[in-house]
Amino acid sequence: MQLYARRRLGNYVVVGLSLAATGFGLLFLVFVLGTLLANGVGALSPTLFTQATPPPGSAGGLMNAIFGSLVMTAIATLIGTPTGILAGTFLAEYAHNNKLGEFVRFINDILLSAPSIIIGLFVYAILVVPMGHFSAWAGSVALAIIMIPVIVRTTEDMLNLVPNALREAAAALGAPKWKVIVTVTYRSAVQGMLTGVLLAVARISGETAPLLFTALNNQFWSSNLDRPMANLPVVIFQFAMSPYADWQALAWAGALLITAAILVLNIGARFFASWSGLQK
Amino acid sequence: MVAVRERATRRRASGGAGDAAFHGLTIFFATLVLMILGGVIVSLIYGAWPALRKFGLGFIVNGAWNPVTENFGALAPIYGTIVTSLIAMLIGIPVAFGVALFITELCPKWLKRPLGTMIELLAAIPSIIYGIWGLFVLAPAIQEYIEPALIDTLGEIPGFGILFAGPPLGIGVLTAGFILAIMVLPFIASVMRDVFETVPPMLKESAYGLGATTTEVVTRVVLPYARVGVIGGVLLGLGRALGETMAVTFVIGNSHHVNASILQPGTTISAALANEFTEAVGDMYQASLIALGFILFIITFFVLAAAKLMLLRLQKNAG
Repeated sequence: MQLYARRRLGNYVVVGLSLAATGFGLLFLVFVLGTLLANGVGALSPTLFTQATPPPGSAGGLMNAIFGSLVMTAIATLIGTPTGILAGTFLAEYAHNNKLGEFVRFINDILLSAPSIIIGLFVYAILVVPMGHFSAWAGSVALAIIMIPVIVRTTEDMLNLVPNALREAAAALGAPKWKVIVTVTYRSAVQGMLTGVLLAVARISGETAPLLFTALNNQFWSSNLDRPMANLPVVIFQFAMSPYADWQALAWAGALLITAAILVLNIGARFFASWSGLQK
Repeated sequence: MVAVRERATRRRASGGAGDAAFHGLTIFFATLVLMILGGVIVSLIYGAWPALRKFGLGFIVNGAWNPVTENFGALAPIYGTIVTSLIAMLIGIPVAFGVALFITELCPKWLKRPLGTMIELLAAIPSIIYGIWGLFVLAPAIQEYIEPALIDTLGEIPGFGILFAGPPLGIGVLTAGFILAIMVLPFIASVMRDVFETVPPMLKESAYGLGATTTEVVTRVVLPYARVGVIGGVLLGLGRALGETMAVTFVIGNSHHVNASILQPGTTISAALANEFTEAVGDMYQASLIALGFILFIITFFVLAAAKLMLLRLQKNAG
């Protein structure tokens, strides 16, 4: 009986600790989001979207940074999506029990978690040094490189979910393999693949480290892709570390904007995935 | 009849050409992934070469960082990277284990999905947000409450107390490690959850049927079965912690000194890069920073490769 009581007590302790751990994790989610709201909402104003980043001590907004982030994310998506989808297609459709496929899969999973600042150094070496200056192009390429492994991974997973019978039926009708993939497999996995792209966009929209060495920052409005361009993450970094209260307020507003965008993208992607019945 | 057959042949031929082209296209983009990795390695070695040639292997154990005399060493950033990641793992692993245990064994079914989603949202928040939060909220809180308590209790222990020496600054290695713990928590927890779920229900039910408590089922059935995967998840989290940049840069204080006390400022490889790279004047300064990046790349590459191999092994066992 004593043994039984001891075991039960031990179990209560572990269950209690496990509950506490979960509470601890959720507490920080609420804590971080709560602070963001408390500090960010007060700093939100229409001028955020209509004025460029100010010098310290005067009023301004984040228009140039928001524009820069949108532009670079868009270009990165345009580069990263086709690349990632085609590489993922190779892994799912052509590379079962294939040495090259296994190797690519392995390397891709490492790139997926590799420090993004290293990607910044890489793009600095291949684009910024030869061009002689920082540019929005370099920033976009760095973001695209971070995006690619995410899309490769989700594309492969989603294509693997498509039942083989579908491919066989199309092949039996005489369709060549590429046509089976493009018109049958892609079509039945399209929601899942789009989910992957959304998650990848969410992943890069807060990336700061790779932009530090590539797009840098720009105090002024600039739409020239060949020049340094302002972007939200780097502006937040610079403004939050500054001693000026009005810069810090703008940093909070920017942080709130980015987090809201990312949470919307994430929840949207999840909703999309469950709606298409392709929940992982 | 002949025309029909000819048309069929022609179509097959065009299908063949289209197939070859499409196959080639996918192979090209797949090898692009390999080329990115290769490019990263080559560009890092090339950029770091002047520093590697000048300092040699001594670079790793040199504690100096002096841009004026161009004497650079990686000891302080490497030390900071390892210590902050260690603190992150010490806090993050038990908590992640608790979360995974709660989600897989204890929580009611309707709560599983929302809880999993919330933990994953924690992973989706970008590191700059943790950074700004750490700087303005966490660091002052740690300075006010946690550090004085640590100094008064653990700091009093002879010998061991050196870890908690010095004034409570808020900004320092401990705060950086703590913020990293929160950041890697969702990664480790979600891998552990997935791994726990690969355990065949039959095994767990047999143990429950014999009268085992939840704790006993987890420690004697689930953990032995999923051990490799758990280690893989932990290594994955470690890989993240080692390379994490922005959150650490905000709160670590950026000082190139090796300090035994975890309450004092330090630096990590990625924080040094983020802070100094664009301002580095002189070839040797920049090359030394790139050499730091190269060291970080090698460390994370091996940690992540080990994580991946562990998880693959589990997959093979399960399959």
